[in-house]
Amino acid sequence: MKARVFVTLKSGVLDPQGKAIHHALEGLGFAGVNDVRAGKLIELNLADGTSHAAIEDMCRKLLANTVIENFRIEEVG
Amino acid sequence: MKSAVVVFPGSNCDRDLAVAFEQVGGTKPAMIWHAETELPDGLDVIGVPGGFSYGDYLRSGAMAARSPVMRAVADAAARGVPVIGICNGFQILTEAGLLPGALMRNAELAYICRPIGLTVENSQSLFTSRYEAGERITVPIAHHDGNYQADADTLDRLEGDGRVAFRYAGSCNGSARDIAGIVNSNGNVLGMMPHPERALEPAHGNTDGRRLFEGLFERVGG
Repeated sequence: MKARVFVTLKSGVLDPQGKAIHHALEGLGFAGVNDVRAGKLIELNLADGTSHAAIEDMCRKLLANTVIENFRIEEVG
Repeated sequence: MKSAVVVFPGSNCDRDLAVAFEQVGGTKPAMIWHAETELPDGLDVIGVPGGFSYGDYLRSGAMAARSPVMRAVADAAARGVPVIGICNGFQILTEAGLLPGALMRNAELAYICRPIGLTVENSQSLFTSRYEAGERITVPIAHHDGNYQADADTLDRLEGDGRVAFRYAGSCNGSARDIAGIVNSNGNVLGMMPHPERALEPAHGNTDGRRLFEGLFERVGG
């Protein structure tokens, strides 16, 4: 089975990379971009039957720094 | 005086920190590889050095914080052994949960490498007893991820409890309340982004960092 973990900065946490991307998009002439937030996608290839709780544990202990980041788990097939 | 410096793959200030420990403390520190599960008995001071441990993969300090040796460092810190983490060492200590908050990418996204003015906020700590409160010193910084962030309650608590050891004397990297270094609630763990080990002797052009080690070794040496 596979799972995707999306790690994003908590709202309210300044995202300098997102700001730089936003600025670059504007520089390329793309209008109407209100805000950009950058995050990470981590794909896990897991033994069948790995529990959702185990994946959450992985997120809390390593994949995300919950001081500044949120995570969302998407189990895919 | 018995000290140790932890070494991770990608550490690059470990030898500078070892020189500081030896010059001021009088004995060579044990250099402890990250895969070790135990530290030598009876350590007086542990150093977590700067660098780019594990290539800064995932987040700066994230992998190092989960390495075997850091469990031993956390146990020693819990027993009251003084621990100083500098630059990447500060990032590792926050990732390991030994210090609150997190160090994020610098607000201007630039790697900053220059001497910087610091204000000593608290001269009562184990690490700052040789400075005057409010004293302005100059210490080099060299980092990309030094932007200290924590929630407002944590910041209020750090300030209220006198746990901010150093502040940048002007805005530097976007750090909340210009925080450059903090100590834990027991006062035996210090994390700071500036490099006192690079301001140790006249050949460095500045010796403002030396008193940190002098104060620390004086206190632990008794």
